[in-house]
Amino acid sequence: MLTITRAFHEKIIEHARRDHPDEACGVIAGPVGSDRPTRFIEMQNAERSPTFYRFDSQEQLKVWREMDDNDEEPVVIYHSHTATQAYPSRTDISYASEPQAHYVLVSTRDEAETEFRSYRIIDGEVTEEPVTVEE
Amino acid sequence: MAIEVRIPTILRNYTGGAKAVEGSGATLDELLNNLDKDHGGLRDRLVDGEKLRRFVNVYLNDEDVRFLGGLETPVKDGDTVTVLPAVAGGFF
Repeated sequence: MLTITRAFHEKIIEHARRDHPDEACGVIAGPVGSDRPTRFIEMQNAERSPTFYRFDSQEQLKVWREMDDNDEEPVVIYHSHTATQAYPSRTDISYASEPQAHYVLVSTRDEAETEFRSYRIIDGEVTEEPVTVEE
Repeated sequence: MAIEVRIPTILRNYTGGAKAVEGSGATLDELLNNLDKDHGGLRDRLVDGEKLRRFVNVYLNDEDVRFLGGLETPVKDGDTVTVLPAVAGGFF
């Protein structure tokens, strides 16, 4: 189960809406082993594309080093789908390589309502999990 | 001295759990071949034929080697090579 604060939940949706129709992406870091997302990091989509995202490799190195220095890990890795449902695509699954991460997908295909879902992706296997939003 | 290679969590099953290992070589390609002697299978997770796999980012010190010389990038003692899984995906 993913437990996330209302503020972070809103920040992800706000980022996805702002970058629509391009895919938005980012990370919420948290202390290693805590499973608690505590530090929100919006990432650039190096592809600036409505159908693909990739973290900018230089920015990723900087952010991953900061996490290492702070004894943090990526607790949430999020991105948006802008024309399809919030479910991991084949490409999403093939790239997923952080077994401890919650992969959050939001869909902005509907103007009024944003789908927000979370998954574990381990060895190519996708498991959806409940999302608890803390007030 | 040697070249330090930092390994991401997902590949630490090839290094007995170690976060960093050491190797030698004059180019990234030689370094990865050298590492593969002690950590069999690691190279194959990073290289597909003659090219780095698109699923990984490899950095020499602070630079993505894709913007240097790829596998032919020269390396030397005292350098740090960092491997990170690329974070990417998409619609299809």
